[in-house]
Amino acid sequence: MKEKRIASGNGGAAVICRGVEKAFGTGNARLQVLRGVNLEARYGELTFLLGPSGSGKTTLLSIIAGLLKHDAGSVEVLGRNLSELHNGEAALFRLKNVGFVFQQFNLIPALTAAENAAVPLLAAGWKRKDATAQAKELLTDLGMAHRADVLPNKLSGGEQQRVAFARALIQSPKLVICDEPTSALDGPTGRHVMELLRKVALSPDRAVLVVTHDFRILEFADRIAEISDGVIVKVSEGKEFQEHVR
Amino acid sequence: MLTGDRPKYFGLVLAIAFSTFLMSHQMSIFVGLLERTRSQIRDVQDASIWIMDPKTQYVDEVRALSLQDLYFVRGVEGVQWAVPLLKGIARAKAADGTFRNSILMGVDDATLTGLPQKFLAGDWQSLRNPKTVAIDRVGYEYFFGAPPYQLGQELEMGSQVVRVGAVVDASPPFVNLPVVYAKFTEAINMVGREPRQLSFVLAKAQPGVTEEELCQRIQASTGLKALTSKTFGWDTIWYYIKNTGIPINFGITISIALMVGALVSGQTFSLFILENMKYFGALKAIGVTSLRIVGMIIMQALIVLAIGYSIGIFLTALFFQLTQDNLDLRGFRLLPEIMLLTGGLIFVVVLMATILSVRRVVVVDPAVVFRG
Repeated sequence: MKEKRIASGNGGAAVICRGVEKAFGTGNARLQVLRGVNLEARYGELTFLLGPSGSGKTTLLSIIAGLLKHDAGSVEVLGRNLSELHNGEAALFRLKNVGFVFQQFNLIPALTAAENAAVPLLAAGWKRKDATAQAKELLTDLGMAHRADVLPNKLSGGEQQRVAFARALIQSPKLVICDEPTSALDGPTGRHVMELLRKVALSPDRAVLVVTHDFRILEFADRIAEISDGVIVKVSEGKEFQEHVR
Repeated sequence: MLTGDRPKYFGLVLAIAFSTFLMSHQMSIFVGLLERTRSQIRDVQDASIWIMDPKTQYVDEVRALSLQDLYFVRGVEGVQWAVPLLKGIARAKAADGTFRNSILMGVDDATLTGLPQKFLAGDWQSLRNPKTVAIDRVGYEYFFGAPPYQLGQELEMGSQVVRVGAVVDASPPFVNLPVVYAKFTEAINMVGREPRQLSFVLAKAQPGVTEEELCQRIQASTGLKALTSKTFGWDTIWYYIKNTGIPINFGITISIALMVGALVSGQTFSLFILENMKYFGALKAIGVTSLRIVGMIIMQALIVLAIGYSIGIFLTALFFQLTQDNLDLRGFRLLPEIMLLTGGLIFVVVLMATILSVRRVVVVDPAVVFRG
């Protein structure tokens, strides 16, 4: 598996966070969630953000995705300073450049697998027929050709995750954000899904950022950033981290 | 999304269908009842002007005029012709003893002005015969049974024994009593203790004189009230609206139907939005704009509305189709105006319910999808 890894591209960073701070609430109820986060996610790499519940990883993920505004510091994603984008621009930026894989998949129940995968294309103004055809092609690459016309409730967890991958990748985004991609899956399925993620998502001009606390999948990481209490406490190479754990 | 959630989808469709059915059905009955109040005015198609006592408010409450009034009207410039009309209640009794109060219309002996135009059996010529009347379908079936119609049957009207010479298709009256048509000179002897005088004068304007203008002239010359058929019909309808509980009762039913539609569709839409919030959040995170999501939801609401409305209107139309031969429900029908009004009301209700529900979608923080 490790031998097949794609090299770290041009070495550039798709995501650069510098001194990012974020707090919620005011006065006595104010809660400082991020306290000067520094993080990089490089092209051609699978970067894991690892941390316990409440450490701030979801907040950081939301900021990197452009869904939440940070209070201080700077966030540069794919060369764009996110604080300069207003809501409409941020939505368009996400639609064109960022793919999402959600913890609960969030596939729309009334749409087939192919239609779900085609959602970003439809939102970008593609014709339904063309978008669905494109989605079916991608699902074929993911080994889901025979399940393309099936509704999500008829798919297994692993199959739903593959559809979620297809939806995330269909616009060929430069950044893919995965939120706990294996937490709803059993061990073997989780491993298989991560193998698939490495295979189809990683490319020299794309970065993949995975938020997880699932230690079973850490072997797939190129780089692991550990967050605790709103601060990145350690960044290590995937190999180095595993050796340390052993 | 909504169509994928079958229980909610069918619940919404049924709620809208029920609401549409109740509203359109009750509005049709309401309009049909009000139409019935002016049925005798509508059936007089030869004359366009009704002359009556100045204090008359509606067609069912009349103060007798004298024959002199008829002559005065005939003398007004612009009157082409004027004839008497008697409207009263007479007890009709069949040979087997069956009796019932009936609406008696005494029409001009010479011209028979005031007779309905449609005959189910016999013809208008039969009324030329002495002591011969025309009776409507309700009256015939009450006294003599179901068709086929047999003419020549006898009825006792007041102290007179008359023959049925024709069966007419008269508009159903407000109270579903039989309607009997007789010559004026014979009718005045059938009305019991009521003043044996004419109730109305029916007139027609000469060519070149407008009905409104002639009404003014008649009022100025005779001191009597003169109204066009249309105005008198509407005055009668308004009398019933203002002086009976009919509009309130029907208004309550229609309001309840509206409220049921609003509450059920509002509640169901609200639940639908809440339960699908994570998907809307995911779509927003992916980059789909709120406007597009709202448009998508409104489109689904409109589809549900169209299906529910069509079912409701179909049920109402089916009801009136199946009951069109029922004598007690004659004249009630689904008018295009009622279809449009019901459609407009149900559209507003569903749109309001949808807009109130989709507010949540607009304000939902897309980051919610990362919070599990």
